[in-house]
Amino acid sequence: MEGHLNLTLKIWRQKNANTAGKFETYQVSGISTDMSFLEMIDVLNNRLIEEGDDPVAFDHDCREGICGMCSMYINGRPHGPNRGVTTCQLHMRSFQDGETITVEPWRASAFPVIKDLVVNRSSFDRIIAAGGFVSVNTGNAQDANNLPIAKDDADEAFAAAACIGCGACVAACKNASAMLFTSAKISQLALLPQGKAEASKRAQAMVAQMDEEGFGACSNTGACEAECPKGISLENIARMNREYFSATFSSK
Amino acid sequence: MAWLAKSLHSSLGKKLLMAITGLFLISFLVIHCGLNATIFLNDGGVAFNEGAEFMGTNPIIRTMEIVLFGGLLLHIYDGLRLWLDNKKKRPVAYAVVDGAANSKWYSRSMGLLGTLLLLFLIIHLKHFWYFSRLTDGLASHTLYAEMQAVFTNPIVVIVYVLGCISLGYHLLHGFQSAFQTLGWNHPKYTPTIKSIGAIYAIVISAVFAAMPIAFYFHLIH
Repeated sequence: MEGHLNLTLKIWRQKNANTAGKFETYQVSGISTDMSFLEMIDVLNNRLIEEGDDPVAFDHDCREGICGMCSMYINGRPHGPNRGVTTCQLHMRSFQDGETITVEPWRASAFPVIKDLVVNRSSFDRIIAAGGFVSVNTGNAQDANNLPIAKDDADEAFAAAACIGCGACVAACKNASAMLFTSAKISQLALLPQGKAEASKRAQAMVAQMDEEGFGACSNTGACEAECPKGISLENIARMNREYFSATFSSK
Repeated sequence: MAWLAKSLHSSLGKKLLMAITGLFLISFLVIHCGLNATIFLNDGGVAFNEGAEFMGTNPIIRTMEIVLFGGLLLHIYDGLRLWLDNKKKRPVAYAVVDGAANSKWYSRSMGLLGTLLLLFLIIHLKHFWYFSRLTDGLASHTLYAEMQAVFTNPIVVIVYVLGCISLGYHLLHGFQSAFQTLGWNHPKYTPTIKSIGAIYAIVISAVFAAMPIAFYFHLIH
């Protein structure tokens, strides 16, 4: 049928963090090519609920590519075959009729599975809490133009701040490293004058937390950058290294 | 110095150690390759043997030889430590991984390439370093003559060529990766670093691979 797909889905089902999971195979038919990948899972879940089965648990929120919740590792790649998109922005026209699609959760010891495709990404929150902030004086806000910031720096900081914390970098990395995420969160502050006050402690604290959470080291394969839905650059990792080691060697 | 030890034990510190030792070994390869390439002068090994004599007797070079082994062992130790650490970070493996979609195979295989290089290096050191430093073989004939003798065996030649291919891919990723780890990623320099790295990896591995091949096919005498 033109515009409609029949698909075989191999989906990871796992009751909770303490039980081992396994793949279950489902057939779905008459899937419109205009559907998003999540809507296709919705169709499957509707059927599972009607049949009295447990629907597939998955994270989603905005469904417009900006929240970073829809973590799915599809056919060997985070967020599926297209670059620069989250799963909700992946449409079924990217698949062929009769295709078998394998869907897995992000796999990393620092992202334990909560249920099925839902993983716990609070390790990211703890990395930010360790140093991803600036101290602001109370009282009236000063005039915005008091701090001259070069347009290029502002743009670069903004590009780093585009990180939505989805975890695709960790999912794509062979070492389950969170360096692209952590470096983006360090860079968005390191590039601006407001971030200078805590600079000597920020990278140290955030990297220490990243290590403690159980993320891996960086092999510079560039897989994270290639799979990032927001195009976060590897330059941020180099900047994090500079921030970290300049603090290591110069802080008191 | 506890601050330094702590930093070097972090994920970033282990990578820094990898980059620094890697660049040190890269600098060594230039000397090793340059000196050995004198065999292509086809002067019956006169220039090569002079160079080998200098490298084997000069006290500064002999001291650097110890530093070199130290750097090599540190690179191996750190690489193994990173590999073991990183393996633990994904206890449940993916069923399907499309690695080619987002990265080069050799960038994901540095541990494997490094292990192949280590195996090759053991054979290589046995052939030439052990011969020239720990036996009195040099009394009977030169290192050049030893090369001629070793490279008559086709299996040895194949092993050396495979070793050089592993080296080429290891360097192809390692060269530019070391600069990235050192934080040297800049629109002005990074394209140049990547180009130099690619040229370096190809030239070094090709020149090294040409040596056993040239001896085996009697292209040099």
